[in-house]
Amino acid sequence: MGDRTIDQTAAHMAEAIRTGRATSYEITEAHLDRIDAVDGTIKAFLHVDREGALATAREVDEAIARGEELGPLAGVPIAIKDVVVTKGLPTTAASKILEGWIPPYDATIVERIKAARMPILGKTNMDEFAMGSSTEYSAYQRTANPWDTGRIPGGSGGGSAAAVAAKMAPLAIGTDTGGSIRQPGAVTGTFGGKPTYGSNSRFGLIAFSSSLDTPGPVSRNALDAALLHEVISGHDPRDSTAIDAPVPPVAEAARLGATGDLSGVKLGVVKEFAEGSGAAEPGVVEAYQAGVEQLVKLGAQIVEVSCPSFVYALPTYYLIAPSEASSNLARYDGVRYGLRTGDDGKRSLEEVMSLTREAGFGPEVKRRIILGTYALSAGYVDAFYGKAQKVRTLIKRDFEAAFERADALISPTTPFTAFKFGERTGDPYQMYLADLYTIPSNLYGGPGVSVPVGLSEGMPVGLQVMGPVMGDDITYRVAAALESAQETLLADTAPEIEGK
Amino acid sequence: MSTISREEVAHLARLARLEVTDDELDAFAGQLDVILESMKTLGEVDTEGVQPTSHAVPLVNVFREDQPRPSLPRDAVLAGGPDTVEDRFRVPRILDEEE
Amino acid sequence: MTKLNTYDAAVAAFEPVLGLETHVELDTATKMFCGCATTFGAEPNTQVCPVCLALPGALPVANKAAVEATMKIGLALNCRIAEWTRFARKNYFYPDMPKNFQTSQYEEPLCEDGYVDVVVEGKPYRVEIERVHLEEDTGKTLHVGGATGRIHGATESLVDYNRAGIPLVEIVTRPVPGTGALAPEVARAYVTELRDIVRSLGVSDVRMEQGSMRCDVNVSLNRPGDEWGTRTETKNVNSLRSVERAVRYEVRRQSALLEAGDKILQETRHFHETTGETSPGRSKEEATDYRYFPEPDLAVMEPSREWVEELRSSLPEPPRARRERLQAAWGLGDKEMQSVVNADAVALIEATIAAGASASGAVKWWLGELSRRANESGAELGELAITPIQVAELQGMVEDGRLNDKLARQVIDGVLAGEGGPADVAAARGLEVVSDTGALEAAVDEAIAANPAVAEKIRGGKHAAAGALIGAVMKATKGQADAGTVRQIILDKLS
Repeated sequence: MGDRTIDQTAAHMAEAIRTGRATSYEITEAHLDRIDAVDGTIKAFLHVDREGALATAREVDEAIARGEELGPLAGVPIAIKDVVVTKGLPTTAASKILEGWIPPYDATIVERIKAARMPILGKTNMDEFAMGSSTEYSAYQRTANPWDTGRIPGGSGGGSAAAVAAKMAPLAIGTDTGGSIRQPGAVTGTFGGKPTYGSNSRFGLIAFSSSLDTPGPVSRNALDAALLHEVISGHDPRDSTAIDAPVPPVAEAARLGATGDLSGVKLGVVKEFAEGSGAAEPGVVEAYQAGVEQLVKLGAQIVEVSCPSFVYALPTYYLIAPSEASSNLARYDGVRYGLRTGDDGKRSLEEVMSLTREAGFGPEVKRRIILGTYALSAGYVDAFYGKAQKVRTLIKRDFEAAFERADALISPTTPFTAFKFGERTGDPYQMYLADLYTIPSNLYGGPGVSVPVGLSEGMPVGLQVMGPVMGDDITYRVAAALESAQETLLADTAPEIEGK
Repeated sequence: MSTISREEVAHLARLARLEVTDDELDAFAGQLDVILESMKTLGEVDTEGVQPTSHAVPLVNVFREDQPRPSLPRDAVLAGGPDTVEDRFRVPRILDEEE
Repeated sequence: MTKLNTYDAAVAAFEPVLGLETHVELDTATKMFCGCATTFGAEPNTQVCPVCLALPGALPVANKAAVEATMKIGLALNCRIAEWTRFARKNYFYPDMPKNFQTSQYEEPLCEDGYVDVVVEGKPYRVEIERVHLEEDTGKTLHVGGATGRIHGATESLVDYNRAGIPLVEIVTRPVPGTGALAPEVARAYVTELRDIVRSLGVSDVRMEQGSMRCDVNVSLNRPGDEWGTRTETKNVNSLRSVERAVRYEVRRQSALLEAGDKILQETRHFHETTGETSPGRSKEEATDYRYFPEPDLAVMEPSREWVEELRSSLPEPPRARRERLQAAWGLGDKEMQSVVNADAVALIEATIAAGASASGAVKWWLGELSRRANESGAELGELAITPIQVAELQGMVEDGRLNDKLARQVIDGVLAGEGGPADVAAARGLEVVSDTGALEAAVDEAIAANPAVAEKIRGGKHAAAGALIGAVMKATKGQADAGTVRQIILDKLS
């Protein structure tokens, strides 16, 4: 770890603020300065709220001076993916169709972040409406991978991952529908956690695929993510799909894992992930295997599990997610908010709506809307959407059977490391393969985290830990244990970024 | 033999209110074809007697009591509108039949 | 010009089959999926929030009271309540629908398989209910620039989302064959009965003129023995009378087409209140494809049997049973009771009797004078500015001899004008029967003196001639005398 303020972990920053060794103001300002210095190169942020962040920081410092008891992350700044609604701060989901929209309300998780007294640095770039695996589908800018600025930072949450990897923020919020927290985490050498679906609120999270979307933490290590996980999680009466149950004790689990003892923990390796077209590239396999060996050294027992339906996870996902998206994105019609084009006083509403949506949505969004419209249309809905929901049941059963034999499942997070810009945009299907290992957890609803495990040809590789529904704690424990076996956090070994 | 024609894509685009260009039609038809080929593999899965999963974690009877909560201030409601007149949202003439 | 058959010719040659889809707006305090208030007539766009405005990120949560109200309607219509039911999205674009999908129900409605019994011209008909489901209403669109308020020819439209998201219950009948020439009356009787049932449950004010109850009427015709014909769906028929007229019109129009060898188009039509005609909706280039799928933002519902039974036991007496009970208690004939029902006076009369009036008195006022007043002012009987308690008081004054009918009508004038209760009005306007015998005797004496010839006739035994003297006395007392008392005084004096 370097000795700059921004090199600290979030847990350290919080501790320093609490004990008066540092102020939230100086920590927040250090990150804003870092954004000024390197975001011209990385382009992780769509909007930076310097004044708002510093105002919150000042309030925290004053509260601490008054001796108030604040939460475990009070004063630690955070970046928020632009798919999460923030009152008074522009929120676009990286789409032209929402350009200039200022929300009149806060997402529940934003309310909780504000209640936890965390300064909000700004909104991060992403693939438009969270559809993509490289952040290249942002309508605004291309975010670079801090490890190699000629490569993608993953997606859809490439902005949050790059911001945390480049130390512009110690923590960030991501959302994960098919891997959008974990895959960017893997390719940027950061930690990404997708909580159990329903264990935190989707209210105010701009919907892509309602039955899959899950917000979660982005950080540089397991404990920081766990602390943020606890801040944002818990039941919300405004989300009908939110689970009314206690949040699993993930911070405690991360601390337990950090002791480096995994004896008695059974980790399942999914046989089907290593087979055929599902196999990862050799460098990824090598780094992953080294991680597995470390886990064994820590006392974990490896068991092979078979999940035969996982090979259908990708097509199942690409029927369910676009179907729901085609309906969720119907509201962007240029009537109540957002872009309107072509209203020349002569054209009909129908023409104006169609022109607005054509101009406001990018190619990947349109592709998925059309795909989803097809999958739901009369005559196809049973064969496609209905069938996919049944296969989803089979995938769920595979998980349940696997968790009979193992406490958690492990795999590489993604089959390949960060690719070069433009490499896969011409072939959507090749892009979709990036989420091959992360999608099953979304279909099942269980938690999954990606923890940095090593490098392949100089680029980061992530190891994924998948847990049973509401078993988020085990995923953090395993990830933290793996970190404890490493000399330094991978994020601290990233090359320095040249400012622009 | 492609599974989805250019005409079909055009029809879907109309249903989805997207004024797609000819170039897009060509590109989408080809790309969707590849994706749909992959999806057809689902056809080989035996799902006889399998219940569909519509929610990751099944919850039942999630209700709200009939207690009013404050609405948004009207200024905030109208602030986002591309075109508002007399406290309402203005839209161009409507062709379609009312439901 | 649309060709029409006469109605009699149409039903002589064809058999109509009816179908009715009725939407009832529930009067819950809040909307279906958010906490916004549902007050009718609020300023535009003041009862909206991120959920019902479909702002990015907003999510729905179902209103328990609306679900209960729907189940009550289902139970009152003799339906089975689903053990497993869910919402579905109905996808189509329309500017008054903020999400551009309607949260509704598709293959798993809350209530199924019920019926409503009606009697028309003494004949019983059973209208089978296919389903009762719960959905949400749309916003309201103001069309500007064309003929008043119509979408056709408008240059732009203005949308108010206050109504968007108010819970709406859709009640769908199975096809109703076998009504023959009485199809329009059966349709009306069904909608009336449905309205009374829903109103008795207290879950909606079911006012067709305010749009809280709206009807779509399906009609097809077939020759006797043939299969059912192609149906048309006439939208937004918004009064009981219009239901009847719309059916009648479609029977006449379709029969003319069929007789000319033309085909009926399966289409949506619009009813025009002013002319009583229907006209075709704009035909769509492509068939509508609603792309229904289960709503992923809402949980499934599994109403427990205990919950259902609790609701069932809370149901009020069905309007039909209540009517039969009251008819017997009030001693009315079928025709008279029908008039009471048609005038929407059942509850008013019941309350008037409860306030102490006799049944005959209560019926007399509400069906007579008060119905006439309501007709004159174009109001519903229940909207008149007189309460059942006041009517009972009025009737009491008549029975005590303090008012006669003529005076009572003047008292009604005062009550309706807001001058207070019957006693107040009578006192303020000086409307009391003159019971001071001395004053009456003086008036009779004057009348006798002024009409000696008439007085002679009465003395001669022609008691019928007393009428002329009574009239004179009444005139002299400005109607404030009791005619019977006056007659007695005259006869006493002249015999």
